[in-house]
Amino acid sequence: MNWTTVKNIFLKELRSFFNSPVAYVVIIVYLIFLGYLFTNDLFLSGQSSLRPVFDVSEILLLFFAPAITMRLISEEKKSGTLELLVTKPVREIEIIVGKFLAAWMLFFFTLLPTLCYLFTVVAIGTVDIGVVIGGYLGLLLIGAVFLAVSLFCSSLTENQIIAVIVSFAIVGLLWILNKILIFFPGPVATVLEYISVDYHFSNIARGVIDSRDVIYYACAIGFSLYMGSLVLGKRRWS
Amino acid sequence: MSILVSNLSKYYGSSKAVDDISFEVHSGEILGFLGPNGAGKTTSMRMITCYLTPSSGSVKVEGRDIQTDSLEVRKLVGYLPEQNPLYLDMNVVEYLEYSAVLQGVTKSMMSRRVKDMVDVCGLGEMKHKGIGQLSKGYRQRVGLAAAMIHDPRVLILDEPTSGLDPNQIVEIRSLIKNLGKQKTVVLSTHILPEVQATCNRVVIINRGKIVADGPIQDLQRSLHGGERIVMEVDVPDGESFDMISVQVKNIPAIEQVSLIAEQNGTKRFSVESLGSTDIRKDLYQLCIQKGWGLLELHREQTSLEDIFRQLTSDSVK
Repeated sequence: MNWTTVKNIFLKELRSFFNSPVAYVVIIVYLIFLGYLFTNDLFLSGQSSLRPVFDVSEILLLFFAPAITMRLISEEKKSGTLELLVTKPVREIEIIVGKFLAAWMLFFFTLLPTLCYLFTVVAIGTVDIGVVIGGYLGLLLIGAVFLAVSLFCSSLTENQIIAVIVSFAIVGLLWILNKILIFFPGPVATVLEYISVDYHFSNIARGVIDSRDVIYYACAIGFSLYMGSLVLGKRRWS
Repeated sequence: MSILVSNLSKYYGSSKAVDDISFEVHSGEILGFLGPNGAGKTTSMRMITCYLTPSSGSVKVEGRDIQTDSLEVRKLVGYLPEQNPLYLDMNVVEYLEYSAVLQGVTKSMMSRRVKDMVDVCGLGEMKHKGIGQLSKGYRQRVGLAAAMIHDPRVLILDEPTSGLDPNQIVEIRSLIKNLGKQKTVVLSTHILPEVQATCNRVVIINRGKIVADGPIQDLQRSLHGGERIVMEVDVPDGESFDMISVQVKNIPAIEQVSLIAEQNGTKRFSVESLGSTDIRKDLYQLCIQKGWGLLELHREQTSLEDIFRQLTSDSVK
């Protein structure tokens, strides 16, 4: 993989996020929801914790990830610019990774303003800083998984609506698995629990950074991106 | 040899889009790739540019194989796809710079290359405009500029003038002609005058197969063995065309005489002959002998349209 190419694609995509209303709409909507739920919860529970921010963020991510990745590849397929891109000396995986990093960076920018919640809770009480770091790390990782999966879905079709629905279905499934485990027998439940993103998130959000969870995230991201690059390469053989 | 295509085939499922074609393009040559819609032009070009992988056969660009040396080939080739896709949300300079960095143009060369391309393609006034706001002609120029941004040795242009108005077509053609002096250019089209105006050589493809390959003049000669002469004569004593026809046919090597128009005493008709003997003298002698007033006599060349239709007429089904 040529990282200069990845960087160039990353910069182009990031710029086009901020040149279009997409980035601003997504960030603002995200923050409005989060702000409302955070303040509500803060006064109700009376705890100086960012736990609600992380829990709500995870759910918002289910919508956020498909929304920002849907056009990344579908649109290039539809408008034909993908043909321009892949006939330049650029590998499929470089395209996918560049676009993935741009979407992830947008998510990072979205999370940045939530630091003001952190300052708020620090001001009104004592905060377990380990849990905060774990929570943010977990959110970034879970975000990366959702974005990678959604990007893969975007590579499947030239229709953005289909891309968003399929990716919502898949990330939704990954998220909900942990909540429906009781319906499955023991051994199956163990496997499903490991596949579920939520299970690993709850570990990290407690402040426990376990290599098993990190490996899970790395594999999920790597696998999705690799699949995406295979789909882009598939056109040659069809 | 700049491009060497040998026994190239591409199947989509069971249908053959390109069927065992072979041709070569020399450096500094402008090759017209001609064929009716759906003949396999775009598929062939997509294989040369590494967008599609051949089902069988091989393509070498500047000696490099498109399958084993794909990245290198893509650096050597500038490609303008059909429909000229562009990022409509970028402005012209941004887009050219993006194309350039992906092609590996270095930072130090960047501003010069972009400026050169803006000048060559006449984009000076438009360079800070969004591509989405540009007219079709300007978009086509942007597409061309982006294809040439890394100064490639080979240019593959898929219908570069489609959708342009006549003025723009002339401009783009002369641009391509200029480029062809230093580069190898392959351009596809189904517009015949375009080939006559720009190309040194044509490859005509029909139903995935090459049906003709050669310089335009050679094709005209080889496809129509004889000559076609159009003449107009003033026949004073009201002879009918049939009688004229019989007399003309007395000249050896004449195959067919057919009436084009008739007005009062003047008759306009075409004479087709076999072989390469010049029959114009004979026709002139005949007129003198019979006392016909010869008003017009000229040789007509088989047009590229005729060749094209002759070769590809079975495609419309």
